[in-house]
Amino acid sequence: MTSEAAVSGGSAAKALRRKRLALFLLCFGPPFLYLICFMILPYGNVFQYSFWKKELYTVAAEFNWENYARVWTNPLYRTVLFNSLEVAAIVTVCANLVGYPLAYFLAFVARKHRTLLYFLVIAPLWTSFLLRVFVWKLILGVDGIINGVLIYIGLIDEPMSIIIYNRFSVCLTLVYIFIPFVALPVYAALEKIPREYVEASMDLGAGRWRTFVRVILPLSIPGVIAGSIFTFCLSFGDFVTPTLLGGPSGIMIGNIIIGQFGAAFDWPFGSALAVVILLVVLAMIALAAAAEPRAKARIA
Amino acid sequence: MRRAAYRSSRLGERALTAFALLTFAFLYAPIAVLIVFSFNDSPILVFPLSNLSFKWYGELFSDGDLLRSVANSFLVAGGVVPLTLLLGVPLAFALDRFSFVGKALFERVMLVPLIVPGLITGLALLLVFTQTGFRLSLVSIMIGHSIFVLPIVVIQVYARLRRFDRSMEEASLDLGATRVQTFWRITLPNIKTAILGSALLGLTLSFDEVAIAFFLTANDNTLPMHIWSMLRHGITPQINAIGTITIVVSILLIVVSLRLLETKK
Repeated sequence: MTSEAAVSGGSAAKALRRKRLALFLLCFGPPFLYLICFMILPYGNVFQYSFWKKELYTVAAEFNWENYARVWTNPLYRTVLFNSLEVAAIVTVCANLVGYPLAYFLAFVARKHRTLLYFLVIAPLWTSFLLRVFVWKLILGVDGIINGVLIYIGLIDEPMSIIIYNRFSVCLTLVYIFIPFVALPVYAALEKIPREYVEASMDLGAGRWRTFVRVILPLSIPGVIAGSIFTFCLSFGDFVTPTLLGGPSGIMIGNIIIGQFGAAFDWPFGSALAVVILLVVLAMIALAAAAEPRAKARIA
Repeated sequence: MRRAAYRSSRLGERALTAFALLTFAFLYAPIAVLIVFSFNDSPILVFPLSNLSFKWYGELFSDGDLLRSVANSFLVAGGVVPLTLLLGVPLAFALDRFSFVGKALFERVMLVPLIVPGLITGLALLLVFTQTGFRLSLVSIMIGHSIFVLPIVVIQVYARLRRFDRSMEEASLDLGATRVQTFWRITLPNIKTAILGSALLGLTLSFDEVAIAFFLTANDNTLPMHIWSMLRHGITPQINAIGTITIVVSILLIVVSLRLLETKK
C-alpha cells in the first residue's frame, strides 16, 4: 500500500489514505462497537454488580465486599468452589489422557480413513451438548443400562446407586464431553510439526521413544494448552452436567449461581460467584500465555 | 511418503489403534443409546428393551409447545447467522488488511466468549438488559448467541483470508477493475465457502445452545430450553426421539459445513 502511495504523489496519496481509513472504520467500527456494548460492558458490569447489595426485593448500589466475604467464609460455598476446581482439574487431566493418544493416533498411526476418523472426533462437538449429558442418565441411572446389563447377566442382584448422582458421574460425563476439545487442538499441533525435525531426530540416533519425548511432545504442548484451557474453564463453569447428574455431592459453582438468579433471587451474590469464574478464566489465559513461550523456548 | 520414517513400533501401533477404537466406542455408544431408546416401545426406560416403535416420534408432531420451541430456535438462529456474518466478515477483513494499535490484544479479547462458560455470558447480558429496561425476548437470546458465534465466524473467515493469494487482487486491479469490483469478483468468491461453512456452524451451535438462553429466555422457549424443562419434569421418552432427530440433523449440517471449510488443495 505504501509503495503505491509513494508513486502517486502528494494529494493522491492523502486521498488514498483517507479512503483506506474510511474503509477500515466501516469494517472495524460496527463489530467493535457491538462487542463493546454486548460483551465488554456486560462482563465488566458483572464485576460492578458483585459489589452491590441485595435488599428485600431490590438491589442497592452500595459498594461492599460482603458477597465475596460470603463466598470465602461460608463453608458451603467454599466447599462447592473447591469441589468445582477439583472436578475441572480431574476432567482436564483425564480428557488429556484420552484425547492426546487419540490425536496422536490420528496424526501418526491412522493412514487410511483419516478424514473420516477426524470427522468422528469433531462431530460430537456440534451435536447437542444437553442431550449428550442427558444420555448418561440413561446409562448410569438406577434403571439404566449398566445396572440393567449387570442384573441381566447376574453379576448383581440390586441396582447400584453409587455410579450416579455424585462426583464420579459428573466427572465421567464431562470427560466424555471434553475429549474432542483436547483431541482437536492436539491433533492440529501434531500435524504442524515439520517432518524434518522428526526425521532429523531419528537420523541422529534417537529412538522412537526419545524422539517422542524430546521432539514431538514439546512441539505439541501448545495444542495441549489450548485444549486444557477450554476443558478447564468450560467444565469449571458448567451447570447442566451437575444439575442432571450431580446429586448432593456433585454440586458445582454453576448450580449455586443459577440458584442465586432463580429462587434465591440474590443477583449481587450470584454476580460475585460469576466473577470468581471469570477470574479463574483470566488466570488460565494468563497461565497459558506464560507457558507457551517457555514451551517454545525449550525446543529452540 | 517421507512420513514413514517416524513410525511407532508394530506393538505400539496396535496398542494405539486399540485405544483409539475404544475411545471412539466411548464417544459414540451414548449417542447410539439415545437412538436405540427412541425406538423403544415402553414408556419407562429400562433394560432390556421392549418392542420397536415409532410412537415417540408420532407424539412429537402433536406436541404444540415442542413445535413452537423448534420454530423459536429457527427464529433465533435465523437472526444469529446474518447478524454474525454482517459483523464478522468485515471484521475478519479489517484484521487481515489493516494493522492498528492493540490489534494483538483485540484478537485475544475477541475470543474470550469461547472460553467463558455460557452461564456467565448469559447472566452478564441479563444484568445489562434488566438495568437498561430492555425486555427479554427471542432477540435477547439472539444477541447472547451472537457473542460466541461471532468469534467463530471471524476465526474461519480470517484464516481463509490469510491463505488467500493476494496477487489475484493485484492482477484484477492492474487489469482495470475498481477496488469494489475486485472485492465482489475476486475476494468474495474466494472466501465464500468459509462464509457458508461458518454460517452453518453458527446455525448448529445456536440451535443447540442452552446456558446463555437459560438466562435470557422470557416466555418463548427455544428447543434446548424446552428440552431442559422436560428433563426437569422427569425423563420422558420423547426426549430420545427429539435427540435422535437433532443429532441426525446436526451431523448432516456438519458434514456440509466441514466440506465447505476444508481448504481446496
